[in-house]
Amino acid sequence: MARSPNPLAGLARNVNAWLEERIDLSGIRELIRHKVVPVHRHTIWYYFGGMTLFLFVIQVLTGILLLLYYRPSAEEAFESVQFIVTEVEFGWLIRSIHSWSANLLVATMMIHLFSVYFTQAYRKPRELTWVSGMCLFGIFLFFGFSGYLLPWNELAYFATKVGTDVAGQIPVVGHLMARILRGGDDVTGATLSRFYGIHVAILPAITTALLGFHLFLVQKQGMSVPPEVERSGAPLRTMPFLPDFLLRDLVGWLSALAVLGALAAYFPWELGVKADPFAPAPAGIRPEWYFMYMFQTLKYIPAKIGPIDGELLGVLGFGLGGLFLFLVPFLDRKTARGEKSPLFTWIGVAIAAYIVVLSVLGYMAPGGK
Amino acid sequence: METLANSRRGFVNFLMGTGFGTMAVWMLYPVLRYLIPPKSGEPTIASVAVPWKPAEVKTNSGKIFKFGSQPGMLVKTPAGELRAFAATCTHLNCTVQYREEKQDIWCACHNGVYDLNGKNVSGPPPRPLETYKVNVKGDQIVVSKGA
Repeated sequence: MARSPNPLAGLARNVNAWLEERIDLSGIRELIRHKVVPVHRHTIWYYFGGMTLFLFVIQVLTGILLLLYYRPSAEEAFESVQFIVTEVEFGWLIRSIHSWSANLLVATMMIHLFSVYFTQAYRKPRELTWVSGMCLFGIFLFFGFSGYLLPWNELAYFATKVGTDVAGQIPVVGHLMARILRGGDDVTGATLSRFYGIHVAILPAITTALLGFHLFLVQKQGMSVPPEVERSGAPLRTMPFLPDFLLRDLVGWLSALAVLGALAAYFPWELGVKADPFAPAPAGIRPEWYFMYMFQTLKYIPAKIGPIDGELLGVLGFGLGGLFLFLVPFLDRKTARGEKSPLFTWIGVAIAAYIVVLSVLGYMAPGGK
Repeated sequence: METLANSRRGFVNFLMGTGFGTMAVWMLYPVLRYLIPPKSGEPTIASVAVPWKPAEVKTNSGKIFKFGSQPGMLVKTPAGELRAFAATCTHLNCTVQYREEKQDIWCACHNGVYDLNGKNVSGPPPRPLETYKVNVKGDQIVVSKGA
């Protein structure tokens, strides 16, 4: 048997043998060797979960770098971000990547969510994967909302006022929730401290646990095959996870990285004007794009519908929509039994269409005076 | 004997379960209370002198001033009358602004519009702006609650 002359390969073999002597890794090795990914005409959607994970890793890395210079107080936050983007070498790039990556992450996460929805991958036995995924979805939106305030600029200040006030509309617990979120009755430096703690400690801790659970389930149960492929009766083709699928995954990650790099370099994320609690809300104010449909809806709802406040109705509507998505594996009984379930497909189409149409309307609305 | 052991074990399990349960509540309660911010010690302000003299306020304009920790708005109507409101939109808490060309008060967040009496006339705001009393004493403008 010819031995490889490469000294690195020799070293790797030695390390491997050393580890093997102490820890039995055969189980993990077998698992990886036998892991396969189904091949069919919807396989492409499998890549978006991995892409979201990749962007999350970028968020963690760039977030840690930003922490080294950022100062979480109303007096210093804006100035410290200004310092990062103007004085620190490549600070503009790190900050820009963090902001752009957050947005791309929400986009790939939404694609992941809706592709899982439309291929009905949430059905038995993967209910818990879906539920943990929906929790992660909520957490990442909260990541976006809390991170948006941290540069303490005018847009973020008013977006946070509106966002926390919307939370305050929730019946019974709303007022207390808004106070806990803001660290007081108004959006102040106390809110900034809270959002900072939430953004860099609380949410990452919860995410680590939930993401671990989510990925464990995906490994344990394997990829779901869409019902229509299952029903077709054709023999199911698969590809090995290692290296076939992982290399394809890598292409997806590199594509995401290329898009991210181009966006961050050519369209550096703006910092805007420092927040002033005694300045009027600026014309053209708008939230991040993934909250745009809610923002636009709140503009359309009249002040009162019968005896009920318009805002309250809007908040309840979004809450019900979220709850529906959260519980869909338990509501869609037909798919669970292996039957066709066109009603749920149409509900999904309606939700997606609502989000798209209202977002477009939001961006077309005149923002000026 | 068997059942005695079982009942003993059951009893010990019960003691441990309730013990740890109570301990969890003990530990959780201070944490939950800690999360709720204390009421701010700031006194509620009843009146404030705005930082402009009557002559400095242009006709058909509106300016933001500090009413304690909240923004207020001093308006001089096209007819020359001074009025003051809380500058916080009754919809979702944004700060409103004066529009000279339309002679109204506008909230940029969700396109809410108030007239110069502070009444909500279009868009989502559910209530009028809170109105303040304006008194001119010499060259001081004093704004106070309870108009």
